[in-house]
Amino acid sequence: MSDFPFLSVLTVAPLVGAVVVALLPRSRPTLAKQVALGWSLLVLVLSVVMWVTFQVDGDRFQFRESYPWIPNWGVNFTFAADGIALVMLMLIAVLVPLVILASWHDAESSKRSVPVYFALLLVLECTMIGVFAAADVFLFYVFFEVMLVPMYFLIGSYGGHQRQYAAVKFFLYSLVGGLFMLAAVIGLWVVGGKTFDWVALSEVDISTGAERWLFLGFFIAFAIKAPFFPFHTWLPDAGGAAPAGAAALLVGVLDKVGTFGILRYCLPLFPDAAQWFAPWALGLAVIGIIYAALLAVGQNDLKRLVSYTSIAHFGFIGVGIFAFTTQAGTGAVLYMVNHGLATGLLFLVVGMLVARRGSALVSDFGGAGKLVPVLAGVFFFAGLASLALPGTAPFVSEFLVLIGTFTVNKPVAVIATLGIILAAAYVLWMIQRTTQGTLNPALTEIDGMKRDLNLREKVVVAPLIALIVVLGFYPKPVTDVINPAIQATMEDVGRTDPVPSAGTVQEASR
Amino acid sequence: MTELELPPIDYAAIAPILIMLVAAVVGVLIEAFVPRRLRHPVQLPLALLAVLAALTMVVVNADKRVITIGVIAVDGPTLFLQGAILALSAVALLLLGERAVERGGAFVAQAAVTADSPEDRQQAENAGGAGEVYPLTTFAIAGMLIFVSANDLLTMFIALEVFSLPLYLLCALARRRRLLSQEAAMKYFLLGAYASAFFLFGLALIYGFTAGLGDRASGVDFATINAAVANSTASPVLLFAGMALVAIGLLFKAAAAPFHVWTPDVYQGAPTPLTGFMAACTKVAAFGALLRVFHVAFEGARWDFTPVLGAVAVLTMLVGSLFAVTQTDIKRLLAYSSIANAGYLLVGVLAPGSEGLSGTMFYLVAYGFTVLAAFAVVTLVRDADGEATHLSRWAGLGKRSPVYASVFTFILLAFAGIPLTSGFMGKVAVFAPALDGGQVWLVVAGVLTSMVLAFPYLRVVVLMWLSEPGDSTPTVAVPGALTSAALVIGVLATLVLGVAPAPLLDLASSAADFVR
Repeated sequence: MSDFPFLSVLTVAPLVGAVVVALLPRSRPTLAKQVALGWSLLVLVLSVVMWVTFQVDGDRFQFRESYPWIPNWGVNFTFAADGIALVMLMLIAVLVPLVILASWHDAESSKRSVPVYFALLLVLECTMIGVFAAADVFLFYVFFEVMLVPMYFLIGSYGGHQRQYAAVKFFLYSLVGGLFMLAAVIGLWVVGGKTFDWVALSEVDISTGAERWLFLGFFIAFAIKAPFFPFHTWLPDAGGAAPAGAAALLVGVLDKVGTFGILRYCLPLFPDAAQWFAPWALGLAVIGIIYAALLAVGQNDLKRLVSYTSIAHFGFIGVGIFAFTTQAGTGAVLYMVNHGLATGLLFLVVGMLVARRGSALVSDFGGAGKLVPVLAGVFFFAGLASLALPGTAPFVSEFLVLIGTFTVNKPVAVIATLGIILAAAYVLWMIQRTTQGTLNPALTEIDGMKRDLNLREKVVVAPLIALIVVLGFYPKPVTDVINPAIQATMEDVGRTDPVPSAGTVQEASR
Repeated sequence: MTELELPPIDYAAIAPILIMLVAAVVGVLIEAFVPRRLRHPVQLPLALLAVLAALTMVVVNADKRVITIGVIAVDGPTLFLQGAILALSAVALLLLGERAVERGGAFVAQAAVTADSPEDRQQAENAGGAGEVYPLTTFAIAGMLIFVSANDLLTMFIALEVFSLPLYLLCALARRRRLLSQEAAMKYFLLGAYASAFFLFGLALIYGFTAGLGDRASGVDFATINAAVANSTASPVLLFAGMALVAIGLLFKAAAAPFHVWTPDVYQGAPTPLTGFMAACTKVAAFGALLRVFHVAFEGARWDFTPVLGAVAVLTMLVGSLFAVTQTDIKRLLAYSSIANAGYLLVGVLAPGSEGLSGTMFYLVAYGFTVLAAFAVVTLVRDADGEATHLSRWAGLGKRSPVYASVFTFILLAFAGIPLTSGFMGKVAVFAPALDGGQVWLVVAGVLTSMVLAFPYLRVVVLMWLSEPGDSTPTVAVPGALTSAALVIGVLATLVLGVAPAPLLDLASSAADFVR
């Protein structure tokens, strides 16, 4: 079974599905939804099989496939997955069916073609899987850029207020980063002996000056994508305007391409430059944690608020990556997964609230828990997961990042910890103003607010809640997959973990 | 008295040029002797057949590497570029010959009728377009074929005139907005005449420079110039001044800044199918000549011309991208985009070695097909007064006609260089050899201007899809078979070259070697 071309099939399958869905007649929206859901479930099943087939103690890169594409430039369709890519692929496969189910009625309000909406979601899935599965820098770049197109139309055509502005801003920001990366990709090709193969490039010695410039080219693209402060301003607009399902994918998965790219490309390919730039990157990450959290506290728009919380969380991921310890690195990758689950859930629940109320403004809610108790409860849970309450999955990752960082860089760890306090502030205050307290009389007049979660919505949130709780208590299956990949990455950078002092004492006393 | 001896001529090698010239002459005869209503049905197939026959001869010649009559070099780049010109011309001819979209086609019936007079309005309503469009186009194509194969500056100059003069005329032949069209032709002609004069003056200076070759007769063929650059005892001022003046003549045709000022006006005023023809084929011809002149004749002076041409490239990219942002007319926007693309092509010209050469040739083909498809769409978006080119009129087009809006979106994404389109592959094809050759600053400028240029393209996408259609949103005309074919070919080429560029890249790199 391990010879099965999982990665290429996984990449192509959603695209085929998208074509099928797009060709369905516009007059039969329900059929389109069903086909899209079925297709994404198929992808999920295949991903689960792949996960089971993955050998935890096997090679760093597995499922490697390679087919020639443009021999003149040494470009190949090379796919391979390490543990980091594997968990991200799994996250995509889990999130997309849930998003499709959650967006069941989203496209209808926009007066645009419903099948096209679901086809775009599947195209997006194809490009997202491709970007994590690629092991050829050129191929990675292709997916990285093409990914913008479906998301652009999802925001621009099906979004809410200010969608045009948000879509264009999203596209231009990403394209600017992408073009910096294009220059760096070509530069890497030149200094790396005219190959785009990741493995070959990771063994090339690059002069210090060139290495730093190339690192910057990649890093800017990823920092915009992630996004890190000060490149973050597009995310609140895009997250605020995108339909809830697309926003969940945008923040849950798309942005992880940035942090994944740093781990996969910036660190192993340019290890010396990565160390040289690490203080700067850590600085940006820490500023992001505090600054975005402060902005989140002040938001009155639920979707924008959640977007800002994500920027703060990406700060944590950035700290975890650039601390260069296995613990922090594992924590960062685990954070990528958990954040995808928790914020994905939060975005979807916010979407359900907004769809009922017809407004995303916090001030339009108030005491909503009295009308829709189950929805408010799920919202509360998602909020707690988002602030990393112990017992939920994000806590494990945040804790790993902080202790991993503390062993090597105490000031950064201490400042980052302040972010947890701010997280409690923005989450709890948001919950208090929307679902707790006295009932806003305006809410009782809205029909939507009289409907609590229906079965479809329960099916959407249940798996996410289950995963968050299970991974909160038992993250081992995921960390086991991530750990070897992170260790290999840290070896590429040339950093070894500091020897824990307590451990040495025990060894000596034995 | 010695008998005059003709030089041996390799007729097969120059067959494509001969075919086009003969077809052009036959076209003129048809204009003279065939009744008016039959001219269009005869002329269009004739021109298309001639182009296809010439293309066949190019394919037959594929392995030829020869200089014939001393002035025509038939080698890899010549054949590749001739093939490109002919293939693009075939598509352009489909657009030029379309008569279903607008009654009588895009060209005026009788150019001599005073613009905006009652007779003019009448002929705009129902008279069939002028048939002389076809022989003129055929002459222009023949001139371009000579232009890219010329092996000395004098032949190159003659070819330049042969393809320019018909273009000046054709620009003036728009069916509607004739004053705009005539103004465009006048501007193009006057500035073009200046550019030709510069070229000729440069040619004379170069001739003087080659006189410094002691043991060899002076001349303006590229081998002599090449030798002179290395060994001439004449003042290098002659060389530099001559090189600059020749370059001005060529850069004018290539629409590079600061010799670009004609481009927006001419692109806007000329009949749209002709604009497409110029944007695709004239670019190929101009850059073909630039490649030959700078890779063969002035190769030895690379260190001297690279900074200057590099500055021109950067300026061209900047002007093209920055001015594109402010445009409100789709044809002018595409004109500035074509200027910016000239800048990217110059980056390829300056990349040393055969990789730069093949990359530039690939870019020319990729861009040519895309730009033809773009102008094909422009011919279709129209209202009662003809084409609706003002951007505000394109608002909400995606709702009125989603198919054409999708096609145009794809074309714009290709211009913006999004992967899986030929535009992206073209950019890589010119940037990679440039970076390899150490021209980091050119690539950085190219990348930065691409960012700027993405904005105007995106603005059009936003207009088409994300704005609500207004009362003034024109409908998209149902294209005739010819325009449909041109559009399909252009879009397919854009897609195929973006997804599977390897065959054409192979072809370009195997062709990338000049005979000297």
